[in-house]
Amino acid sequence: MRRFATLFEALDRTSSTSAKRDAMAAYFADAPAQDAAWAVYVLGGGKLKRTATSTELRSALAAETRYADWLIDDCYQHVGDLAETIALMLPRDDESREDTALHVWMEARLPSLGRMESAERIEVLREWWRGLPREQVFLVNKLLTGSLRVGVSHRLVVQALAQWAQLPTDLIAHRLSGTWKPGAEAFAALAGPERPDEHAGERPYPFFLASPLEQDVTALGPTADWLAEWKWDGIRAQVMRREDHVLIWSRGEERLDGRFPEIELAGADLAPGCVLDGEILAWTPDEAHPLPFAALQKRIGKLKPGAKLLADTPVRLMAYDLLELDGIDLRERPLSERRASLAALIEGRGPTLMLSPAVDASEWSALTTVRTESRERRTEGLMLKRLDSPYRVGRKRGDWWKWKVDPYTIDAVLLYAQPGHGRRSGLFTDYTFGVWDGDALVPVAKAYSGLDDAEIGRLDRWIRAHTIDRFGPVRSVEATHVFELAFEAIQASGRHKAGVAVRFPRILRWRTDLAIRDADKLDDLRRLATG
Amino acid sequence: MDSDLLLPRPEGLYCPAGDFFIDPMQPVARAVVTHAHGDHARSGSALYHVASAGGALMRERLGAGSDIREHAWSERFPLGDTVISLHPSGHILGAAQVRIEGRGKVAVVSGDYKRDPDPTCEPFEPVPCDVFVTESTFGLPIYRWPPMSEVVDDMLGWLDECRERGVAAVLFCYALGKAQRVLAELATRTDRTVHLHGAMLRLVEAYREAGVRMLPTAPVSESARGKDFAGELIMAPPSAAGSTWMRRFGKASTGFASGWMQVRGARRRRGYDRGFVVSDHADWPGLLRSVEDCGAKRIYVTHGDGEALIRHLRDTGHDAFPLRSLGGSMPDLRSSEEGD
Ligand SMILES: [Zn+2]
Ligand SMILES: [Zn+2]
Repeated sequence: MRRFATLFEALDRTSSTSAKRDAMAAYFADAPAQDAAWAVYVLGGGKLKRTATSTELRSALAAETRYADWLIDDCYQHVGDLAETIALMLPRDDESREDTALHVWMEARLPSLGRMESAERIEVLREWWRGLPREQVFLVNKLLTGSLRVGVSHRLVVQALAQWAQLPTDLIAHRLSGTWKPGAEAFAALAGPERPDEHAGERPYPFFLASPLEQDVTALGPTADWLAEWKWDGIRAQVMRREDHVLIWSRGEERLDGRFPEIELAGADLAPGCVLDGEILAWTPDEAHPLPFAALQKRIGKLKPGAKLLADTPVRLMAYDLLELDGIDLRERPLSERRASLAALIEGRGPTLMLSPAVDASEWSALTTVRTESRERRTEGLMLKRLDSPYRVGRKRGDWWKWKVDPYTIDAVLLYAQPGHGRRSGLFTDYTFGVWDGDALVPVAKAYSGLDDAEIGRLDRWIRAHTIDRFGPVRSVEATHVFELAFEAIQASGRHKAGVAVRFPRILRWRTDLAIRDADKLDDLRRLATG
Repeated sequence: MDSDLLLPRPEGLYCPAGDFFIDPMQPVARAVVTHAHGDHARSGSALYHVASAGGALMRERLGAGSDIREHAWSERFPLGDTVISLHPSGHILGAAQVRIEGRGKVAVVSGDYKRDPDPTCEPFEPVPCDVFVTESTFGLPIYRWPPMSEVVDDMLGWLDECRERGVAAVLFCYALGKAQRVLAELATRTDRTVHLHGAMLRLVEAYREAGVRMLPTAPVSESARGKDFAGELIMAPPSAAGSTWMRRFGKASTGFASGWMQVRGARRRRGYDRGFVVSDHADWPGLLRSVEDCGAKRIYVTHGDGEALIRHLRDTGHDAFPLRSLGGSMPDLRSSEEGD
């Protein structure tokens, strides 16, 4: 663990991506494969199943330090991270320590807590803490409670592995995709020479992601070089037809098998060695448009959907790319060619496999007009894809753009605040906003992002001085400040007090020019709701 | 009544029995000033009493024309119906605690203080008293300062790393107190010249004149045009971070020396590559120890959000109150971070 702690410190101590990549590559070259495998896993954002609750961690801390619960809470509020609070509050003791390997922590020690009674778990935690230097107390707690957050993306881990293994990043990304299981052999296999059948397995191809179009659309050049499609509001997925079965992978690289039997059935009808990329949508037969995302959500949550749910909320795959056909990787072929093959492949296969239609327009101006229909068509806008582009890996700018319609906006009042985490820890940065329902303000959205550091600091000071009430970390504040929020969609929701739920809310600006009476009304929001 | 000796007023903390203010924020007739930081020493008052050890810094801060009376450590002098003496607080060069004897009681206003050793100033002197006014800038048990030798190791490691990578090492810290302490601590381990931002030059000189041994320094502004700062240590006040002044160093790794660097989120929020935990204020154990050492019956807490310290002191059998509970009114000093 000492070696990994040193790596973590090196990553935490620089904002330079190249320095981070070098540090990881050096670690991969140096560390025992079994530990390096777990480092790949946790740095890439992987977590263990949680085996101790925050309450248990606090109890263990209270027992170990004899500090009052309120003082522990105050410290946690101030630090914003429980793992770190514990590391800072425990007595420092710099005697020589045992050093347990990272893989032992991940494979044996941390999972073992899950098999214990709560009281025993607390004792074992205290025992561990006593034997560890402060940095490792922090790391062990982090591994126990969630992700590391050290400014390293999955992509950067892939690049570091590629640097160490001296292989192309795309190949490493593919080898890591899907449910990669950490282990010495798996780690060594990441660096092995490329095999011809490498892609025939069960792992999905790394998804190619579009970037938001920020420049004027005419800057993209001639319209004829581009394919325009609707930007569907569903679940991005790869459907893989393998020798004797069909797999569905989400963009988050989770297996969705079992949840969408109608798509698996349609996929089984294709010849083996074929991979489609597309969007899963809830769509009632004979309707012109898909059901709202909220309907699809019912399906996502059900591992084995019953007959009624299948009948009420059927799904289909809106296919827009073909990554493999007859066992051959097509990703380097131009989009125009992949799309022609895709059209030929699914032609006449019925509604469950649909080809995402091209939105035809000879001029950007015509597309701009068509784009205004996006909402009525239950889409989020348009996708623009360069016809001669390969299917790339990750979010590479230039070939795929998402050209979303302008989001909805509302003016809402700040009602609650709580401290953020990570970079924002210790500051009140997580806000809840409300709108008027009669003469009461009801919460409708939570938002974290959108203010600059100066505004966050100003608001933080204001919140501390104008707290009405505290509920754990949450403070209710005087209704004073109005913010303009943007969001992508709004739906009726029985689970929310306000009766509506907004998707992807974010703060556009602090409306210091508005008083709280100028904030929007819940009725206006209900009218916008689509389902 | 404690308020005979200490009463918060809009101008600052007032002593009715002695008719003087301690660290007034506005011009007054008579002031006793604990130390030269901007949130304690303000110009415009008619008369100042200060510790001799900090006399030169005070003249620098208050202006040469100010009427400044200097007093040796522990020298007793009368003010109104009280007898005053000044005692080292260990915060920065010449920083004093104010002992007030009057109306049959002894009160000590500790100003800013720390208990950790510091080669640039006299160590904190515990002064027995009935009423103790303590700061609480770092009033939570997560603040426990590492030994300075460890921090110096860390700084030297950082300098080596910067030299290896061919980048400049820019260390931000407060210009008065912290900068000199770091220069003095580093002087025990290396003899490299440190390049200084203009705002630090006169203050470093004042410390040298007071006999503090520090690393050799050179003003950044006097460096040759196009000088390569790769592998060099530069020190600057935090206000220079992100300014155009930084451009001359090309690629640089940045560090910040402050007690706030104890918390990872605080460092990441400020965007420094490295945080070095060095503070001129007392940490949590230092605060508790000082309360015990002075043996006061009543503790008043100021300078920072003292809620947790007060509650903890009460839980452990002390009579502790926020300073404002003495009545009157006084603006909160917590807006300044100078010297943290
Ligand atoms: Zn100070
Ligand atoms: Zn101060």
